[in-house]
Amino acid sequence: MAIDKDTVKHTALLARIELGDKELEKLSRQLHDILGFIDKLSKLDVKDIQPTSHILQLKNVLREDVPRTSLPVEKVLANAPQRQGDFFSVPKVIE
Amino acid sequence: MELNFLTAHELIEKLDKKEISSSDILNSLYKRINETDAKVRAYVRTPDTKHLTPSTKLPPISIKDNICTEGLNTECCSKILEGFKPPYDATVIKKLKEAGAAILPLKTNMDEFAFGSSTENSFFGVTSNPWNLECVPGGSSGGSAAAVASDEAVWALGSDTGGSIRQPAAFCGVVGLKPTYGRVSRYGLIAFASSLDQIGPITKDVTDAALLMNIIAGYDPYDATSADIAKPDYTRALENNIKGIKIGIPKEYFVQGLDSEVGKIIEEAITKLKSLGAVCKEVTLPHTEYAVPVYYIIATAEASSNLARFDGVQYGYRTPNSKLPTQNLIEMYKKTRGEGFGEEAKRRIILGTFALSHGYYDAYYLRALKVRTLIKKDFDDAFKELDCILTPTAPTPAFKIKEKVDDPLKMYLSDIYTISANLAGVPAVSIPCGFTKNNLPVGLQIIAKPFNEEALFKVSYAYEQNTPWHEMKPKI
Repeated sequence: MAIDKDTVKHTALLARIELGDKELEKLSRQLHDILGFIDKLSKLDVKDIQPTSHILQLKNVLREDVPRTSLPVEKVLANAPQRQGDFFSVPKVIE
Repeated sequence: MELNFLTAHELIEKLDKKEISSSDILNSLYKRINETDAKVRAYVRTPDTKHLTPSTKLPPISIKDNICTEGLNTECCSKILEGFKPPYDATVIKKLKEAGAAILPLKTNMDEFAFGSSTENSFFGVTSNPWNLECVPGGSSGGSAAAVASDEAVWALGSDTGGSIRQPAAFCGVVGLKPTYGRVSRYGLIAFASSLDQIGPITKDVTDAALLMNIIAGYDPYDATSADIAKPDYTRALENNIKGIKIGIPKEYFVQGLDSEVGKIIEEAITKLKSLGAVCKEVTLPHTEYAVPVYYIIATAEASSNLARFDGVQYGYRTPNSKLPTQNLIEMYKKTRGEGFGEEAKRRIILGTFALSHGYYDAYYLRALKVRTLIKKDFDDAFKELDCILTPTAPTPAFKIKEKVDDPLKMYLSDIYTISANLAGVPAVSIPCGFTKNNLPVGLQIIAKPFNEEALFKVSYAYEQNTPWHEMKPKI
């Protein structure tokens, strides 16, 4: 399966990554090559094979819902690029 | 001899006898780092000595830049995590501190977010291979491996998603172990591909790796994928006796693409193990050729999801272009991520997003998960009659800096022998097994059944006790 420039551009938007024109050009070429290599997988018949997303036989790991102390607000916000009081600050979302 | 040249277990003996103090070791390490790290560049940043808690019990340990250390910069060697000081310790760090080890207050270099096989994709610049400064140290834990090989570290932690501990260990001539998936807690390891990632030791010899595993392994309620299985004392597997142990040599690993000198050195290692009493036979892992394509779908898909958290809101870099509150949020995300991620990170996030996107999910992601089942089954079948599987760690010795940097596909193929162990979740170790004509180290990979790290220690210890490779030191 081939991947064209428009698909890469759309995928970059889904991934929330801005690409320059040259970057888009180069990346499209490289992804085309990489996907060409990955197409090897289409040779295999996998119709009756179960997918493995995880190798451990774990299912629904649960624990008691017991309240615990959280990290202090100051410590968490210390890494924020922008903050306002006790909140992370982002550009306005609602008009 | 300066203390930094000794192994951790030799230093522990001296500490126990009170012949030395841990600050003697630190001084010796800092002296070495000052002398040689301008050439090797194994570490990022300069030591922040105010964080140092002197310890008496264990030698200090060097930590890869993607493992959270409270209050100490942890940036995954990425611009997007610039200045990040974690508010908590990873479980492995907590365990090390409790055991009495000091954390060296400067982290080791890596490919950005562990995306790479050469440590060339670091925001902080390239690390050199201590054996030949023009060559790469391997990756992505290249800084940890180079630090241990150059005696700028006593021992170190790395992380391994597709070979990121074992391949640099092979390139730098040290021991590197990827534990069974679930054996070591991933809590506080900044996630790359959550179904593949494991933290593991990079050390000067096999004994040190066993000692380090004794500290870091075990169940952790903070990691839902950590296995609730009792942890053995790994040092008990260090007995110089492998008579009758059954070792499989998969024929698919000895094909075109394997450097002939590396192939010859591996053959010699097999002969050595036979002479020590191991029973070696050829086996087959028929789906080996699909491991790299499966990996680059699963690993990038998981990465694209894991790295969504780097959006300029909670930590790290935010584009300076969007300080005005009226600016669009999505524009802020796009600019932050476009400016903050390096080339390989963008490539992988976009590839992974594509593999998961509507219309391509079945053809790529789901298909890759199914082929993963076949790869895992290859190992299950082979291990029915075997204790271990033995392969080269990498198809070539360390390559030149810049040699593969413009050809991502070629770079991906340097992980061809290490990726399967992550997909199948099995433990694997790389140990030094010889040198090429150009004096570059070669690594031997040993793979065992899930939760049977003891078999790895047993075989690698016996091999090490009967060969001189781990005693060789590079001239820097």
